[in-house]
Amino acid sequence: MRSLLRRLPIETYVISFTVALWIALSLATPNFLTESNISNMMRQTSIAAIVAIGVMCTIVIAGIDLSVGSVVAFCGVLFAQMCAHGLALPLAALITLAAGLLVGATNAFAIGRLGIPAFIVTLAGLQVYRGLALLLSGGMTVGGLPPSVKDFARGTTILPNLFWAMLAVGVAVHYLLRYTRTGRYLYAMGSNAEATRRQGINTFRITMVAYVLSSSLAALAGILLVSRLSIASPSMANAYELQAIAAAVVGGASLFGGRGTVLGAVVGAVLFTTMSNAAVLLSVDPFWEMVLEGLLIALVVYLDNLQKRRQSGG
Amino acid sequence: MTPVLRVSDLRKSFGPVEALRGADLELHAGEVLAVVGDNGAGKSTLIKHIAGVYQPDSGEMLLAGEKLALRSPREARARGIETVYQDLALADDLSIGANIFLGREPVRRFLGLLPYVDDRTIRRETAALLQRIRSVIPAEARTVARLSGGQRQAVAIARAIYWQAKVVLMDEPTAALAVMERERVIEHARELASHGVGVIYIGHNLTEILKVADRIAVMFRGRTVHVTAAGDTTQETLIKYMTGYSETEKAA
Repeated sequence: MRSLLRRLPIETYVISFTVALWIALSLATPNFLTESNISNMMRQTSIAAIVAIGVMCTIVIAGIDLSVGSVVAFCGVLFAQMCAHGLALPLAALITLAAGLLVGATNAFAIGRLGIPAFIVTLAGLQVYRGLALLLSGGMTVGGLPPSVKDFARGTTILPNLFWAMLAVGVAVHYLLRYTRTGRYLYAMGSNAEATRRQGINTFRITMVAYVLSSSLAALAGILLVSRLSIASPSMANAYELQAIAAAVVGGASLFGGRGTVLGAVVGAVLFTTMSNAAVLLSVDPFWEMVLEGLLIALVVYLDNLQKRRQSGG
Repeated sequence: MTPVLRVSDLRKSFGPVEALRGADLELHAGEVLAVVGDNGAGKSTLIKHIAGVYQPDSGEMLLAGEKLALRSPREARARGIETVYQDLALADDLSIGANIFLGREPVRRFLGLLPYVDDRTIRRETAALLQRIRSVIPAEARTVARLSGGQRQAVAIARAIYWQAKVVLMDEPTAALAVMERERVIEHARELASHGVGVIYIGHNLTEILKVADRIAVMFRGRTVHVTAAGDTTQETLIKYMTGYSETEKAA
């Protein structure tokens, strides 16, 4: 029994905990199990999960991406400005995604070619892209968007469209990680970069894949967030990077690299969304919510550390 | 018979330091050639030339009679030269099979379209391979993280056998291992040779060297000073050559 428990993937625990939280919430408050609350949570989760999936890819190669929150804001503002100035939606979306791709390529270049630690590169990015978001918006909320902008995120096709977007991203990245050679090399590199290089694998290319995915998905999240809010604020998506990293790690990704799954990142995102939803419904002071979230992140990283140590010890 | 590897008069300097001053080596398919020497005698430098890590200043290397001018370890691998490192060789979070096939995974396609790594073939081949080298590793071990040092080396050796290496370089393979595990590594080296691989085995421990090697080459100050069949020599003789005692004797 104990060995069975140990063999269960970490997702199982997180899912059980989340479901328990759901049951508790539906007993504690009549407002939890309502259609509007659930579809609202699904929308919120979807955007958070898309960011978390991208960040998880950088964690798998033993990297990190701290810039995603700022990239969401920067790309969101960029997208909104283009829409406000009358650019066709698909074109604006395409340009925004290209911008995200460029951000990721720049990060990968600085990390893989210039040899600057990922932590420093993306910490700089966190500041740079928040600054660019402020510059691009003049420090003001960008509004007055054409009504078609919000059609996608507010729309529902049986389930909220945003949920389908997350599902599509999830399936695509899961396929990449689990079934392709590139995916396997992401894990290999996070596990032992030197050994991976010695097997003739181009680790710079792998670094590129991870960071481009992370930034492009952040750009996509920016577009979706603007669609959901129908405005873009330069201060939006604040601290998304922390939630995304926490979601990935709660879902079994190791900050030491070599481990992490799409399902885990999604489950982690669901947990964090549930927690903030619970805080709202039970009218917990939002400041306390921040404290609790921070403590949960610390706890999860501690558990990750413990597991790594036990593994290398045995 | 053409030797699988011939190294002649290899020279290499790092700044003012002459690391190799005319190293020679001849390795035949199916033999274990031990290279011994004191620290700084040039063993590792020589091996790194064969592995493609360093490029010589002068001298020549021939692989099965063909000129060998390597610019990178990757090129060495492509030519059939594998190195078994004592560490840094495996990706811990990957399965044994994934490690053996790392960088050379077989790929199939869903509906002739989407490519995917053929894990079924990898698992099957890995199980057969581990049986072939009579390894005690459970093939179903999920990742290599929990394998012992010797088992990890068995995986690296299985990789060399599977990809039909011509030459395998084992650089101090037992340095970090427990006694029992050293025995396994010696068996693995013999196993490789019995598959027709030319094995170059670098080590310190002369008892072990005499047990594993068919022939022994002694290096001293960047040159090959003595080559002998393992059966025709003793530890004392080897130590004389390793310490340069026999050279000074000759000079006198």
